[in-house]
Amino acid sequence: MSAIAHHIPEQMIAGYVSGTLPPAFEMVVAAHVSMCDACRAALEAHETLAGALLEATTQEQPIENDLLSRVMDRLDAPAAPAPQVRRMDIYPGPVAAALDHKPPRWRAAGGGVRQQILFEDGKGSVRLLYIPGGMAVPDHGHRGTELTMVLSGAFHDETGQFGVGDVEVADESLEHTPTADAGEPCICLAATDARLRFNSILPRLAQPFLRI
Amino acid sequence: MRPRLRVVRAAARKGRAKLADVQNDSHTTEGQNTDGQTTDRSQQIAWMLAVRDQRDRDSFARLFGFYAPRIKGMLMRSGMPAAAAEDVVQDVMLAVWHKAAQFDPARSQVSGWIYKIARNRQIDIARKAQRPLPEPVETETPPEADPGHLVAFQEEAGQLKDALSRLSPEQRDLIVRAYIGDLTHREIQTETGLPMGTIKSRIRLGLDRLRHELKDLRS
Repeated sequence: MSAIAHHIPEQMIAGYVSGTLPPAFEMVVAAHVSMCDACRAALEAHETLAGALLEATTQEQPIENDLLSRVMDRLDAPAAPAPQVRRMDIYPGPVAAALDHKPPRWRAAGGGVRQQILFEDGKGSVRLLYIPGGMAVPDHGHRGTELTMVLSGAFHDETGQFGVGDVEVADESLEHTPTADAGEPCICLAATDARLRFNSILPRLAQPFLRI
Repeated sequence: MRPRLRVVRAAARKGRAKLADVQNDSHTTEGQNTDGQTTDRSQQIAWMLAVRDQRDRDSFARLFGFYAPRIKGMLMRSGMPAAAAEDVVQDVMLAVWHKAAQFDPARSQVSGWIYKIARNRQIDIARKAQRPLPEPVETETPPEADPGHLVAFQEEAGQLKDALSRLSPEQRDLIVRAYIGDLTHREIQTETGLPMGTIKSRIRLGLDRLRHELKDLRS
């Protein structure tokens, strides 16, 4: 496997750890971290920071007297089996879990592209995209930030080349035409979140001038 | 607690540095537990390893005494009522007991490991769905003792805590809110060719970078 060149921005890693990232993006972070040691290490570093804050917190809340004994009484009871997060074929563990460990059920999305939506909540979505070799992704109109992670094959656009494990972070100001490399199909995990788009009209208008 | 600490020390002695260096250096950060006793990080590791390796209930009760009020505080900051928060504290502490075999002191502090369990549980409950989780790194369970990395990692984590403690109250509060504030707003070797040791070094690098960012915040 070629080395991963495009990583999750550190802010998003921090957002995953603190639990403030939208669920659709969490899927991409968890998938990428499953394949990328550098980002896993960054994630564990942020967990250490968060733990240090928990340790030093002054906002403790008193615990009812009998809670400890109730927990101690339950230590020997069998634990509910923890969900297994295991890779399936090209699909990293968290994606495989969302697929219920079954192959994707592709639906035509136009232009030879196929997709399966894994999660959608009105604010954002995460889906699998199947792009035949050499095909360009039709305009899918992302208005917020879009994260695209390559699971199989490769694609390229105006910003660069993306291979297995790479993540492209595109905001709505990026005009690009992702095109699958010739040959094998490119299978991607793509997450969008409309919540990240500007809500006020003023920053939207100012955006082209300020280049923010 | 004590018997296990000796084992940690012995293991550390086999490495290049001594755990005693970590215990006694000026970086040791202490917290108050509910009994008013102080607890430093090597003591917490000793409790956690006693839970992991000896299934020691007394050590578990001490971890409970230290973390249960903190987890409850974190949950209530997100608006969870006290009674519901105690139910979650119960789930989290039971998970600490059941998942203890996964704890690796060369990669995690007890606090970070428990934070992760608590935050995951809190998110699952808020969403009524399982949060997407990364695949675990395939390691021995329990993870192989790694005294060299243990001491170096714990030392780096201690320095991070130091950097935190030197922030102004305002700066510190911002970071606290970001991480524990309101929520509502060996396979690896074949996959990437990176040995476990490299990952552990990178976690430390990440901590080092975070520490320097905290330092920059102050200047």
